[in-house]
Amino acid sequence: MNDFPWLSVMLFLPIVGALVLVALPARVGSALPKQLALGTSLVTLVVGIVMAIRYDSDSSAQFQFTEQAEWIKSFGAHYALGVDGVGLTLVILTAILAPVVILASWNDGDNGRWSAKAFFAWMLALEGLAIGVFAATDVFLFYVFFEATLIPVYFLIGGYGGANRARAAVKFLLYSLAGGLIMLASVIGLYVESAKSDGGATYLVTELAKLDFGTDVGRWLFLGFFVAFAIKAPMFPVHTWLPDTTENATPGTSVLLVSVLDKIGTFGMLRFCLELFPEASRWATPAIVVFAVISIIYGAFMAIGSDNIPRLIAYTSVSHFGFIVLGIFVMNSQGLSGANLYMFNHGLSTAALFLVTGFLISRRGSALVSDYGGVEKVAPVLAGIFLVAGLSSLSLPGLSPFISEFLVIVGTFSYSHVAGAFAVTGIVLAAIYILFLYQRTMTGPTRDEVKDMKDLGTREIAALAPVLLLIVILGFFPKPLLSVINPAVDHTMERVQKHDPAPDVDPSSLQEGAHE
Amino acid sequence: MDTTPFIVLSAILFTIGGIGVLTRRNAIVVFMCVELMLNASNLALITFSRANGNLEGQIAAFFVMVVAAAEVVVGLAIIMTIFRTRRSASVDDASLLKY
Amino acid sequence: MVNLEALHDVPVVGSVPTDGAFSLLWLVIALPALGAAILLLGGRRTDKWGHLLGTAMAVGSFVISLILFFTLLGKDADDRQVTQHLWNWFTAGSYSVNFDLLYDQLSAVFLLLITGVGSLIHVYSIGYMEHDERRRRFFGYLNLFVASMLVLVLAADYVGVFLGWEGVGLASYLLIGFWQQKPSAAAAAKKAFVINRVGDIGLSLGTALIFITFGSTSFAVVSAASSHASDGALTGIGLLLLLAACGKSAQFPLQTWLLDAMEGPTPVSALIHAATMVTAGVYLIVRSNFIFSLTEDARTAVIVIGTITLLMGAIIGCAKDDIKKALAGSTMSQIGYMVLAAGLGPAGYAFAIFHLLTHGFFKANMFLGAGSVMHGMNDDVNMRHYGALQKAMPITFATFATGYLAILGIPPFAGFWSKDKIIETAFADNTLVGLCALIGAGVTAFYMTRLMLMTFVGTKRWEKDVHPHESPKVMTYPLIALAALSALGGLLTLGGWIGDWLEPVTGHAEHHELPFGMAPIVMSLIILLVVAAGVAVAWQLVGQREVPREAPEKVSIFTRAARADLYGDAFNDEVIIKPGAAGIRGLTVFDRVVVDGAAEGTATAFASMSARFRLLQNGFVRSYALALLAGAALVIFALLAVNFG
Repeated sequence: MNDFPWLSVMLFLPIVGALVLVALPARVGSALPKQLALGTSLVTLVVGIVMAIRYDSDSSAQFQFTEQAEWIKSFGAHYALGVDGVGLTLVILTAILAPVVILASWNDGDNGRWSAKAFFAWMLALEGLAIGVFAATDVFLFYVFFEATLIPVYFLIGGYGGANRARAAVKFLLYSLAGGLIMLASVIGLYVESAKSDGGATYLVTELAKLDFGTDVGRWLFLGFFVAFAIKAPMFPVHTWLPDTTENATPGTSVLLVSVLDKIGTFGMLRFCLELFPEASRWATPAIVVFAVISIIYGAFMAIGSDNIPRLIAYTSVSHFGFIVLGIFVMNSQGLSGANLYMFNHGLSTAALFLVTGFLISRRGSALVSDYGGVEKVAPVLAGIFLVAGLSSLSLPGLSPFISEFLVIVGTFSYSHVAGAFAVTGIVLAAIYILFLYQRTMTGPTRDEVKDMKDLGTREIAALAPVLLLIVILGFFPKPLLSVINPAVDHTMERVQKHDPAPDVDPSSLQEGAHE
Repeated sequence: MDTTPFIVLSAILFTIGGIGVLTRRNAIVVFMCVELMLNASNLALITFSRANGNLEGQIAAFFVMVVAAAEVVVGLAIIMTIFRTRRSASVDDASLLKY
Repeated sequence: MVNLEALHDVPVVGSVPTDGAFSLLWLVIALPALGAAILLLGGRRTDKWGHLLGTAMAVGSFVISLILFFTLLGKDADDRQVTQHLWNWFTAGSYSVNFDLLYDQLSAVFLLLITGVGSLIHVYSIGYMEHDERRRRFFGYLNLFVASMLVLVLAADYVGVFLGWEGVGLASYLLIGFWQQKPSAAAAAKKAFVINRVGDIGLSLGTALIFITFGSTSFAVVSAASSHASDGALTGIGLLLLLAACGKSAQFPLQTWLLDAMEGPTPVSALIHAATMVTAGVYLIVRSNFIFSLTEDARTAVIVIGTITLLMGAIIGCAKDDIKKALAGSTMSQIGYMVLAAGLGPAGYAFAIFHLLTHGFFKANMFLGAGSVMHGMNDDVNMRHYGALQKAMPITFATFATGYLAILGIPPFAGFWSKDKIIETAFADNTLVGLCALIGAGVTAFYMTRLMLMTFVGTKRWEKDVHPHESPKVMTYPLIALAALSALGGLLTLGGWIGDWLEPVTGHAEHHELPFGMAPIVMSLIILLVVAAGVAVAWQLVGQREVPREAPEKVSIFTRAARADLYGDAFNDEVIIKPGAAGIRGLTVFDRVVVDGAAEGTATAFASMSARFRLLQNGFVRSYALALLAGAALVIFALLAVNFG
């Protein structure tokens, strides 16, 4: 069983599912494709869970479930898959969110430009490709998956979104392609540099990590990767595609985009920037920390000022991604563990928020905050779930994002008191944007337009319940995640040659002092 | 053998053909000018072939002739069609494919 | 461990594992938490018996607290600390946080206060919320609050405190905004949460700084190592924790939310915004005595904040016509006393906690009394519409009067014992602070007498259709119980019991000398005189005149300032909210025009450039041929230039 290609199965299962969906004749209607899509994603999730259980967190190997086959010999490109703790959590996140999104978007594909069948096929394809991105241990393969994910997203936005969907889709595509192009330059550069080495050209992460690129080359290559990932994440000032996109995409697409695909940015920073270019990463840290802090505060301010709910959530994500990037680049155990955990938790909390507001918007037909008021009275379950999702977004202790945000703040504060003090204002601003949103939509006198609003139905609750349950459980017991993340963090720390600063008062020295 | 007169003649023919292509409006005349340029280059090829004492230039000239023949077939057919639909053989009138 | 302790001048938190009855510790939290989960997730199915379940959970928690307390009492004074390890919460690098519960003398008294007063208020709410269709949910929130508050006082780690800290903040948010169809309630709830979050900056960064300094955030490690830390670090931690305390305990400058919080149902004001949650800041300071005892600077800041707030709260209380807001001002002021006491160091910690307890009794008593009055007056809160309720509501009056005497500090009621001690200790520390505390006592006497007179005596100024009546038994019994506690709470200090009890936690208090060599009894007499003066002034100004039904417009600038909460909101509005809103509007434009404009502008530039260039594609074969020729010529010239140049 050890040689079982777990990751390949997880990668190709949804893609095969998507192909089957496309091959179905139109006369079968839309119910069967939906059920088939849900079934495929659930099977993928089961495979993922089994795989996660078999993951050995004590193993000394960097990657597990590795598969490797030569692909293009002259480049040194391989079909190489494998996950460490971080990759594993993100693969699992993808596998969890896919069925949730499919269930939640049950009717969202019906009124698109193409059939509902195609909608779910694209979703499945996206799931498979996203898993591929997180599992690739070959830079070239990663790049291929990285760019390939754009295709399903483009069609999901352009085919099934809101009024300005075409424009939003193009904007998304152009931003992503621009980033990808810059990254391509670095990918080619990696080939050139690795070809010079004794081992010959290779794209394997494990091999590339052994190379020393020299200061200048390393920094340029680092920048190429970083810019692409910063656009993807997205960080200030290259974030404006995200609000435009979420404003026009269906909630399900937004979830896959923000909760899963944007993680590629931060995941890439960790896997490629820190792993391959430790020197350049250390060199760039001060500037990146500044940009991350700006992202946190800027995103939060923009969220407070938004009147459009999906835009608002997009801006909150800009703020949250600031925290993730910050945690990665302060380069200490607390920051890195926090950032890795944050990627997972942000995925859950943002998914809940997008989906529940999506249900709200589909009922009223307006995405503007100012069109709501007093919804709590008519739809208490919706309001309750909205509140819990919101509270998780503002990192209330007891819900999973708290631990990650707290660890990032601790890590940042120990890196620099000033950066920590600025970053922590994010927690006040988060309270303002979430509660202001809740206050304006859910409380107050019930407006006439929402008087007849129905509360959440069984399908909608069923889609959201697992996410909320996970948020609560992981808030009190994040150990399953941390136990796989921490070894990966240790590895990264070793790579960037950083050590946690010792506390000012060392308890062990105290003990000795007491006996003297 | 002195090749200069042949090359000069070829250059003169090519220039006449080029000016014709650039200035004349009648598609047939433009077409003939193109043929003139092709033949000028054929002349140059054969001259060089002779001067170098090998056959490559002549073979190239044969290729040009074959291509020219094919071109005549296709080109005249197009001109015929345009003339039929637009009642004009002026190349300036056939300027729909723009911007 | 023993000889380590000998080296320190602050008490060290031990880590004795739980056994016997103490293994029940987790149940104290679990019961109300379970209650909250059932009531909030159960939906309408639980409507019928929800309030009973909620009350049962609170009472069950109280019973366990009692058992634990007596077990603790049975142990030697030195072993009265147990730690229950539940599970490892999270670990990152060398930083590990456990879910540990610490049960010691300090948490023991808090447990009794929270579950005891909490249970009484649950019982009271059965009657008070009887006609509310969402009563079940109300009890769910109350249970959630009790559970979170218990987490706060039982946690053995600053991060655990943070969990409870935010949990009570959430419960407070939900309960203030319980009638959220009222925009004012929703706004007040949000305001309370956001301002508390400002305080949370302090707790977050304070915890972070504690980790950086000590490598851990558990009380055990920090208390053992605190005397080795640098002064700068200790002061920094102290000030950050003070910021946290200011948010939660409505201390200056984060005080503005408490008055608005009175939008919540009255039992909430009694439980959360008088007896328990708002005193969490005091708990935090006393719990962190191993930090504060070592940093003079931070303690001074605590004293200053406490003194300012105790005067501010008292002044605001003087001008309010809304009975709940008058009481809220009073709460602010009384917590100011506690904070002040906590700032006095080991000499004051015990008195801070003692006043916290007695205040919990008498203020909950008075808030519930106010609720009972409102219940009889169709939820009118304006005291100008009350008057002469003494006869209509005899029990409410009697219990309220007990609370009144207690807060004034009339012996032998509870407040006398606790407040006198604080004023005395303040005098011993600094005459100016002592004077402020003394003046505060006088002002307290004034506004409380004013409140009593306007509500219970004088002429009837009732609105039409109002028929005041005594509240049902389910509401009056808790009042009687709390009145009894307000009267007898002073017993806790009999023979200095509370000080001795808390000493292992808070450290040994040195004896202080009062200024001018005064005997404590003289001090007490002076305080009583000031209080009497306050009562007399109120009697002159309110009791001897007719109370107008409308608030007079022509009032002095001081009254106007007090009515406007000393311009706290106005300040926030002008300095933070308005510039903030303008800034956000500006930033929104900046985002669209500059940031997005740069990206969209690049796209537009390319588009217009191509619009121009495509004009070259004019459709004339001749011009294409000419371009071809020019290109060929260019290439030839280039070649010639390279070869012969």
